[in-house]
Order: sequence, then structure tokens, then C-alpha cells
Amino acid sequence: MPWFRRPSSQPLWKDEFSILTADERYVNRRQLTKFLTLTSLGMLVGNLWILVRSWLYRAPVYPATPVARLDEVPVGSIKIFSYPGPREACILVRTSAESWVAYSQKCTHLSCAVYYARQANRLECPCHEGYFSLTDGHVLQGPPRRPLPRVLLERRGEALVAVGMDLGDKEA
Amino acid sequence: MTPPRLPQNRGLTAIDGAMALMVILLIVQVWLLSATLESFLAGHREAALPAVIISALLFLICLALYLFVDQVDAEVRRH
Ligand code: FES
Repeated sequence: MPWFRRPSSQPLWKDEFSILTADERYVNRRQLTKFLTLTSLGMLVGNLWILVRSWLYRAPVYPATPVARLDEVPVGSIKIFSYPGPREACILVRTSAESWVAYSQKCTHLSCAVYYARQANRLECPCHEGYFSLTDGHVLQGPPRRPLPRVLLERRGEALVAVGMDLGDKEA
Repeated sequence: MTPPRLPQNRGLTAIDGAMALMVILLIVQVWLLSATLESFLAGHREAALPAVIISALLFLICLALYLFVDQVDAEVRRH
């Protein structure tokens, strides 16, 4: 039986393809309201999916991982590395002899890869011109609404070691 | 002479009103979904449950409106 169809004396094809123009206006509207209701159900399913994901969420583990040697990243240059997993690309920028920053390379808008714009001294996303501060990853302009997740770095001898991520709010 | 079409038109007006309301509810639901997704990605997972409850409520209103439209449609076409 079709979804929520009232019992009718007419067969379905007569109900849905009326020969009367006046009835046809009803058929169109009824079909549109059915479509709107199904779309509404889709939105609810989307919200349920987010709820299930939030229940299944486990805080990620951030292992201490060497990401670069200081001599391989001259001042003003970058290095791309993966952290915490092999598929999560991050970008390391050496801003001066003794300072460096690293962020997830995934734009917080629609996940394009951000790059370092040396002249403007910021991270830029080429997809929709989202710009991020190099200092703390906050959004300078464009459609992204969340800051870039920051990779926490420690210097151990001549190596830079990633020890965690700062997602811009309470996660660390 | 054609018979008066008053019930037909009245039915159409009611259905149009219900449809307009459904569109408004849907816009709210779309906004709710995108806002919940955004806050989930930002690490705020506590918003997910209230969002589901509100979305379910909006869906139930939509469903009630659909059933109302279906009933009006059946009644008017029976005439
Ligand atoms: S994907 Fe980066 S601004 Fe849209």
C-alpha cells in the first residue's frame, strides 16, 4: 500500500491522474506536501545521525610523533606532514628561527587543503578564499566559521614533535 | 450552468495555507540541521539531543499537516 494513502474507491492511477482539471490541482498539491514531509523526515534522520555520532564519539589519542628536523625547515618555509593519523595532512610553518606553528591542512569550511601565503603571512584556502591567522588559526575572512585545529609542537633536541591537537575550543 | 465550486476553492486555500506552513517548518529544520552539524564539528556534542527533539517535533507537525491535506483532498474530491 502506498505511503499513508487513504483508502479510496478509485484505483491509484485514477486518483493520481485525474481527467478533471480541478482535481489535478489537488493531486499536485498532495504530491508536493508528501515530498515536503519526506524532506522533513530526511532532516530528522540527519539530526539523528549527528546524535548517534556524538554518542559513539571517542576522544582521539594523540601520540607523540616527530614531524620534522629543524634543519629541514628553513625560516619562512613549510613542511607537510600527517598527524595524528596517516590520512590527516597538517602544515608546519617556521615563522622565525625559534618559532613555528602547525595546523591541520583541512579547511574547516569544506575540507580543501589550506596553503601558506608567505606575502600575506596567513593560511589561505583556495576554494572559497577562506583566510586563517597564522598566529592562532582563527578565521580572518571567508565562509569558514571554525578555526583551524592547531597541532601542539614541542622541541626535543633538533626535532619538532607533535604532542596533541587544539581544536579551537575545549578539546586538546 | 456549471455547479458552484465553493468547496473546491476553500479546500485549495486550506491546502495552500498548510503547504506554506510546511515550507516554513522545513526552513527551520534545515537551519537546525546545519547549526547542529556545525556545532558538532566544533566539538559541542551537547547540542545534538535537543536538536533531535526539536527536529522530531517539527517533523510531527509536518506529518500532521500532510494528513490534514490528505483529508481535505479526500473530502473535497468526494463531492
Ligand atoms: S573549503 Fe575552504 S573556504 Fe570553502
